Amino acid sequence: MPSSLALKVNGVVIEVNPGTTVAVAMMLAGKPCRTSVTGMPRGPLCGMGVCFECRVSINGTRHCRSCQILCESGMDVRTDE
Amino acid sequence: MNSTAYEKFDVLVVGAGPAGMAAAACAAACGMRVGLVDDNLNLGGQIWRTASALGAPPEAVKWIERVRAAQVKILCGLRVFDQPKAGLLFAEGAEGICELQYDKLILATGARERFLPFPGWTLPNVMGAGGLQALVKSGLPIHGKRVVVAGTGPLLLAVAAYLKNCGAEIPMICEQASWGRLLQFGLALPAQPGKILEALCLKKELVSVPFLTSSWPVAAHGDQVLERVTIARKGRSETIACDYLACGFHLVPNTELAPLLGCRINEVVQVDKFQRTTIPGIFCAGEPTGIGGVELALVEGQIAGLASSGREADARKLFPKREKARKFSSALERAFRLRPELRSLVKPDTLVCRCEDVSFAGLQSYTTWRAAKLHTRCGMGPCQGRVCGPATQFLFHWTPDSVRPPIFPTRVESMAAVSRRSEPQEQLISGGH
Repeated sequence: MPSSLALKVNGVVIEVNPGTTVAVAMMLAGKPCRTSVTGMPRGPLCGMGVCFECRVSINGTRHCRSCQILCESGMDVRTDE
Repeated sequence: MNSTAYEKFDVLVVGAGPAGMAAAACAAACGMRVGLVDDNLNLGGQIWRTASALGAPPEAVKWIERVRAAQVKILCGLRVFDQPKAGLLFAEGAEGICELQYDKLILATGARERFLPFPGWTLPNVMGAGGLQALVKSGLPIHGKRVVVAGTGPLLLAVAAYLKNCGAEIPMICEQASWGRLLQFGLALPAQPGKILEALCLKKELVSVPFLTSSWPVAAHGDQVLERVTIARKGRSETIACDYLACGFHLVPNTELAPLLGCRINEVVQVDKFQRTTIPGIFCAGEPTGIGGVELALVEGQIAGLASSGREADARKLFPKREKARKFSSALERAFRLRPELRSLVKPDTLVCRCEDVSFAGLQSYTTWRAAKLHTRCGMGPCQGRVCGPATQFLFHWTPDSVRPPIFPTRVESMAAVSRRSEPQEQLISGGH
């Protein structure tokens, strides 16, 4: 198992340990997961797939709950698509 | 779209936390063909999240091993969103949808944290207490970070101890309950030696951390992200710098699936002594029947597992154990009941519904949850009221109305697959919340 894996958050490469969720990768990248309907930055709240605040696009699939998804090498994560 | 259908299960269990694992293991040990489905990637539920990792509680390891040894079909990463006809559930996962047929069904859908709105609670890095713990367990580095832990309930101590162990600095734990309430709670515990041991272990971890009672957060501050939090205690307030605010106000049961299936609910899912709901063949165990902690969840799960397998006599032997665990449950309820002052944390411009950005002022003129939903879209976003529902219940005494499928936001393709399997006379309402 590699000691770290690389994925892209809004085009910027970041490295994480295996077993890290995408929500954590977003926090490590210093990015809010989404912008609310009135333009406020939002990050994870519940950490368990209930609140939907951490939703992002992953490899083109929108509205993925990033706290429930593990990072994979080469993943393309985008916010507010 | 990828669609998987499994052979009919004798017993299908929804939720792989303590109650669900106990139910599945017991039913499988009775010779039943058992399926165990959960939204999360691993067994253990929220309380035993990543229990396979180092330092897992022995109880968690024991039940995970029992589930695996009993040849239970484990279906993780799937969330149930609809039942188009009796005996058939649909679940959605990353790879597509899944058809789950059952003879008996056990609902063990667990609980979530209750969140209360206060100014600044929507800022990034203001999170649930269990929420932050879950993120740390999934890789968030917390060493050297300053975390204020606040809200109410035994989870606060557990989370603070966990974070401190991971190297976080905990400047304070703010518990809204009074010392008097907590003392009564402590006095209710002697009948529960396991609980006392647990409390003492936590205390050792937290010996240097100030534990403030009758104390709560009144505002979180920061530009784009949390920077400081203001804490109120006994009429005075104090603002301190922190990296995270881990804030949850005890737990609320996940009771979305039960009413969809027609089971009667009165704040919690109604069950008889064998954990049977009001719908024949459907059982419920653990937090959805009332917040009671791991011990109660495990014994209720075992009873449901046995009863669903036709072993009522064996189930009956566990009744005294359940009675004992229920005493802890009622002590919990008394000790951590929300104080009315918390209703004034919310200010007119504070958002109550985070999905649709609906403020408290925007809701004040409505008298019911339904009216508020129709006029403001409160509770109509992706979380479907899972966050703002319990908050408005506390703030306005609103109660949620009917539940309609899908009970989770679901891909259009998945809904189309459901409609192909529905009874012809049934009308499906997709996404209409």
